Amino acid sequence: MTDISVWFFISSGLFLGWSLGANNAVSLFGTAVTSNMIKFKTAAIIAGIFVILGSFISGAGTTNTLTNLGGINAIAGSFTVAFSVALAITWMTKASLPVSTSQAVVGAIIGWNIFTGSPTDFSTLSKIVLSWVFSPVIAAVFGFIIFKIIKMTVLKWKIHMLELDSYTRIGLIIVGAMASYSMGANNIANVMGMFVPATPFKDLAISDLYEITGVQQLFFLGGLAIAVGVFTYGSRVMKTVGSDLYKISPITGFAVVLAGALVMWIFTSQSIERFLLSINLPSIPLVPLSATQSFIGAVIGVGLAKDPLSINFKVFGKISIGWVVAPILAGIISFVLLFFVQNVFEQKIIEPVTHEISDSVILRLEEEGINTTVLTDLKDIRFTNNKVFKNEILERDKFDGEQLFKIFYYALIDSFKIDSSLINSELNLNDYSTEQINGLKQLHGHSFSHKIDFEKVVFSGKEEWNYKGNKLQDKLLDEKKEFIENLFRIQR
Amino acid sequence: MFLKKTKKLESEIDEYLDLVIKGGLIFKLGIKCYLENLMEEFENHLKDLRKIEEKADDLRRNIEIKLYTRTLIPESRGDVLGLLESMDKVLNITAETLLEFSVEIPEIIQELKNHYLQLADSAIACLENTVSGIRAYFKNIDAVRDYVNKVQFYKKETNKTAEQIKRTIFRTDKSLSRKIHVRYFAFHIERIAELSEDVCDRLSIASIKRFE
Repeated sequence: MTDISVWFFISSGLFLGWSLGANNAVSLFGTAVTSNMIKFKTAAIIAGIFVILGSFISGAGTTNTLTNLGGINAIAGSFTVAFSVALAITWMTKASLPVSTSQAVVGAIIGWNIFTGSPTDFSTLSKIVLSWVFSPVIAAVFGFIIFKIIKMTVLKWKIHMLELDSYTRIGLIIVGAMASYSMGANNIANVMGMFVPATPFKDLAISDLYEITGVQQLFFLGGLAIAVGVFTYGSRVMKTVGSDLYKISPITGFAVVLAGALVMWIFTSQSIERFLLSINLPSIPLVPLSATQSFIGAVIGVGLAKDPLSINFKVFGKISIGWVVAPILAGIISFVLLFFVQNVFEQKIIEPVTHEISDSVILRLEEEGINTTVLTDLKDIRFTNNKVFKNEILERDKFDGEQLFKIFYYALIDSFKIDSSLINSELNLNDYSTEQINGLKQLHGHSFSHKIDFEKVVFSGKEEWNYKGNKLQDKLLDEKKEFIENLFRIQR
Repeated sequence: MFLKKTKKLESEIDEYLDLVIKGGLIFKLGIKCYLENLMEEFENHLKDLRKIEEKADDLRRNIEIKLYTRTLIPESRGDVLGLLESMDKVLNITAETLLEFSVEIPEIIQELKNHYLQLADSAIACLENTVSGIRAYFKNIDAVRDYVNKVQFYKKETNKTAEQIKRTIFRTDKSLSRKIHVRYFAFHIERIAELSEDVCDRLSIASIKRFE
């Protein structure tokens, strides 16, 4: 990293991390601290450590989802998107509207997509929105079940109040640490996700065996920013917010935090994803969630287990306002700021990406049922500006968002060259079959300008690369294919 | 390991409640001796009861200090201290009542002696059930309600017996001062039940609050 301006650009992400930590500390340890079960300092140290660990170790899953939504590839663009989110959050908080960083981030990324003319991946977007709706509901179910289990077991075991107090303290520390880890892993994508495609950090070799990637360094920084937010401002938020919503008994708090942590975890963990796939079940999408909304869901679930009449269901209405208002507001701010950053400050908010419609692209689009007759005159023309390419396509036919995304996706110039020396040096040969290795070696020297061409020649119609019908094996096969693509990719 | 200090405090609370129970039993024995005119034994019981009261006071203060300095049960601490302190008042009233018997030596007419025994029995039953209720509050919260009901029952019995004593004494041809004197002692024993019921009211609220 040579340029000092990089730190300026990343500062908006760090600020976002700080605000995330300050606002979410109350979900992690609010009950424990406001009920005096754990001192704030102890809670903040535990939360800080586990947030950093979660971000660093397990932050990749949800980040991929955000990167799929919008591949912001220039650091000034990442800065503007993160800054827009921070502005939207500050604004909504001042207006006493419920706001979630995750929701604002999605809006701001879509704002970037619209401004730069990049299409939005609607399948990823719908996955994200559905997860927002389902996560509080799942948290409520978990909260309900966990509290019922506690009621039927721990509270029936006639443990002395003082002993139960000691166990509850330990329990609150454990679930608080779990929640911090899950929150760090799940929400780091919000803080640093937009910087990933444009990461300014180079991989750092610690020893011959271990290397810290540029992305991991970014995540560590983001995790640190969240931890600083917890430390410096978490206590104030706990004092204001903690006294209303989180004023619950420590045992209830334990059930709530555990339920919230589990929900954050299942939407974050690649291990759970693999486990579900291994038993041929559909996997849970890895999506950045709103920690606050998950915890509110859990509070409602526990409330239902205790006394259904005590629940104020209006809180669900409030949450759903956040689903709509936060992304729209952040999207608008992002769009406006990008305009200023590009035209007033003359910063590059997108690195040029080249698209070209080739015969193979036409063929593939036809297979997908997209009308390509109107696109033939665009064949073999290279477009380096997304907006121009988009306008050219839309002038010819009214393609919907999903079709547009596919045209962009397949037409992307993505150069590959197969080099057999890389196979021996970079591939872990134990992970691949002899047929797979030999097949690749036979293609030595071949080069491709489109991803679909590469996939067609390297993988299509070959027994060793065919899906076997087992969801986990198929997912692992996809990961291998992705690795091979990245290995032979020359430039994008 | 981490439960060592907690266990010690638990046993101190149990010890305190044991002292309250013991105080109630000594009170009953003291009243019985007084009514049977066994004054030496009565005075011994009074001494024992005062010692128990002092010991219970020290123990309660020690428990309170530990609960506060170690920030234990922060949510229920106020309730627990309130319960222990109000229970202490019941024990104090028990000792004071026996002391007043010793100082004022009221003349209890023969036909009221059984009533006084009954009165002491039901008042101390209130105290004992209150202690059981507090123990349940710590360990078996579902059982608190049963003890509270029992206390309410015995308190009503105490009121009835006290009323009978008052009606009976005021229908005799004794002097008004003696009548008032006897009534005053019935009233004092009745207060043990009244204060026990007050503790139970606190207990009911505290147990609802515990898992809010």
